[in-house]
Amino acid sequence: MNYIFVVLVENKPGVLNRVASLFRRRNFNIESLVVGRTEDPAVSRMTIVAECPNGEAAAHRIEANLYKLINVIDVQDVTHQPSVTRDLALIKVRVGPERRAEVNGLAEIFRAHIVDVAADSVVVEITGTEDKIESIIELLRPIGALEVARTGKIAMTRGQNDGVRRLPGMNGNQYDEMMMEMAEMTP
Amino acid sequence: MKMRGAEIVWECLTREGVDVVFGYPGGANMPIYDAMLNYPVHHVLARHEQGAAHMADGYARASGKVGVAMTTSGPGATNLVTGIATAMMDSIPTVFITGQVPSHLIGGDAFQEVDVTGITLPITKHNYLVMHAEELAETIREAFHVARSGRPGPVLIDICKNAQVEMCDFVYPELKLRERQSAPSPRVLLDEAAHLIEKAKRPVILCGHGAIISGAEEELMKFAVQTQTPVTSTLLGLGAFPASHELSLGMMGMHGESHANMAIQNADLLLAFGMRFDDRVTGVPKTYAPGAKKIHIEIDPAEVNKNVRVDVPLVGDLKSVLRDLLPLLGEYDHEEWKQEIAAWKAESDSRNIINWEDDGKLYAAHVVNDIWEATGGAALVTTDVGQHQMWSAQYYLLDKPNRWITSGGAGTMGFGLPSAIGAWFAAKNEEVWAIVGDGGFQMTSPELTTAVQEGANVKVAVLNNRFLGMVRQWQEFFFEKRYSAVNMLTPDFVKLAEAHGIPARRVTKREDAAEAIEWARKTEGPVVLEFSIEMEDAVYPMVPAGAALHEMLQRPMKA
Ligand SMILES: Cc1ncc(C[n+]2csc(CCOP(=O)(O)OP(=O)(O)O)c2C)c(N)n1
Repeated sequence: MNYIFVVLVENKPGVLNRVASLFRRRNFNIESLVVGRTEDPAVSRMTIVAECPNGEAAAHRIEANLYKLINVIDVQDVTHQPSVTRDLALIKVRVGPERRAEVNGLAEIFRAHIVDVAADSVVVEITGTEDKIESIIELLRPIGALEVARTGKIAMTRGQNDGVRRLPGMNGNQYDEMMMEMAEMTP
Repeated sequence: MKMRGAEIVWECLTREGVDVVFGYPGGANMPIYDAMLNYPVHHVLARHEQGAAHMADGYARASGKVGVAMTTSGPGATNLVTGIATAMMDSIPTVFITGQVPSHLIGGDAFQEVDVTGITLPITKHNYLVMHAEELAETIREAFHVARSGRPGPVLIDICKNAQVEMCDFVYPELKLRERQSAPSPRVLLDEAAHLIEKAKRPVILCGHGAIISGAEEELMKFAVQTQTPVTSTLLGLGAFPASHELSLGMMGMHGESHANMAIQNADLLLAFGMRFDDRVTGVPKTYAPGAKKIHIEIDPAEVNKNVRVDVPLVGDLKSVLRDLLPLLGEYDHEEWKQEIAAWKAESDSRNIINWEDDGKLYAAHVVNDIWEATGGAALVTTDVGQHQMWSAQYYLLDKPNRWITSGGAGTMGFGLPSAIGAWFAAKNEEVWAIVGDGGFQMTSPELTTAVQEGANVKVAVLNNRFLGMVRQWQEFFFEKRYSAVNMLTPDFVKLAEAHGIPARRVTKREDAAEAIEWARKTEGPVVLEFSIEMEDAVYPMVPAGAALHEMLQRPMKA
């Protein structure tokens, strides 16, 4: 299954490379990785969606290995936390004036925007969950050939809750329940 | 105060306590070499940058301090790669300083430009590219901290040539780093561990390199004696617990003692102290210690549950976790268990070549045993990689830590001689022996001149079986003795040594070994001894790949 990690890193050259290289070297699969600035110019925020074939254990490994990178400040797993996740897509539909209204109609239903109109194409901008974006793409496909650009997922927990931090000792974390449960897990 | 970047490098290194560096100059680090002349630092000129890296590594292992190596850009830097990877795999605190082309030329394929931070990214704990002099002080300060803190490892600093000559203000900076200390182990987990230890009838301690890095020998001893728990070591953990102690089982794993492996497979509790359940110690993980609960004390949380599922993970520095744990433990005795292990040991002893009657042949075991006896087990021993490495681990019995220097995780041939030279700089008053194979020795033997130039008092024992022995052994066992590319012509090592101005002798008979070793010990400075050992002897026991730990191939009993 896919896990979603929110990772704060120092905003320094090469940090993205270090993170990407770590995933490659440790044979973890990245579904998507988004990086951008934050409220603090010294800090960048990554949202990493990664495949965790054996669930919690894999998530633990990813987290522990991320902390080996000196530039990593904080890692939270927001997979199971109430959180807002968003993906943004630009979808170019090859469509002449005769079917433009259909595209308009769909955009309205999905609360998407038409951000460019040309003689034989329009560009739809949509923000939302992956599901929502997948559905509009599927509905637009029969109307005209598509070109799609997507940002990949960004995530933020709701309210004051943080995501799960599994590693004790990092940022003053204490051992969490997961660690305690591990104590009782037998092979 | 205004200073040149190159001077700042040395200001920082000397403040880190560096008084010896291993290296090789070239175009891109000339300003650093020039500035060096004004500082109280001894520079050791290696004959190949790989040698410099292993020297820094050997120095670090012997001293517990950070080892430093420096080279020029491009090929100078890429020649370090094997040495850096070796230090990474074995968690050795080292700092590598490479020169780089001027920052305005970066990315333009200038002469001797290589993307060194890119190449070394996966084999360093961290690395830095310094483009300007102002960044130097803070970077170097941080680099040393990163190299030695937590789970130690190599750090590389790539310094652009312009940064070496730029002038800037030098103030020795405060260390600006987030603390990443382990949280104290929670009482429930400690209690759970204590409970398992109390209940255990057949416990075994697995002592790893972490015990030495953490300096936890005393706590380990206390733990073992108080709970009467036998101790077996990984290859790199040897020396943390005295081999002569009655609770010591020696080495575990692929070429471990059979009684140690039997104890692990039959244990009901494994106490893994600063080790990582490497595939060389577990055999096939599914079949590993099937009846044992596992307590894992380890500083690197990424190692917990990586190879083997554990029952109680205690993440932290071994010494401090053991200090928390010891007060919760009672005194136990495991007489029956110890008896059982003793019976296995009797069986191992009967297959030990050392206990066999002399058949006139010279075996590696004899040589290592003779060196051990002559030096009272107190020498600092480095090895190369292969059969002789395993024989050294089996027969050079160590009672003290930081005296056993071998490439474990990476298994780097060519490590033995240069690491011995580096180690000698950390322990000039001690006896240093490099036990090497004829194959590996040829990879870095030019460092013999380095030893001469430095007057490094290093005794080299070449165990010459005229084969790439370990590979030959695998071909014998697993490829129907189809020997492929393992026959090795060797030079006359005695003449080779003498060409370097090094006294040398060849030993072909068992009865001459002890005397030659004595001669080497009495001779000032480096000495080479070549031992012509049995060509097709094999290291036993051996856990074949894909087998369980107790499914060892044993030395056949004499007919
Ligand atoms: C740099 C490097 N290349 C290849 C190997 C693979 N290898 C492991 S042991 C070995 C044989 C070593 O032969 P020798 O140095 O003669 O030592 P012996 O095993 O005979 O004691 C080889 C080739 C290695 N470990 N390191």
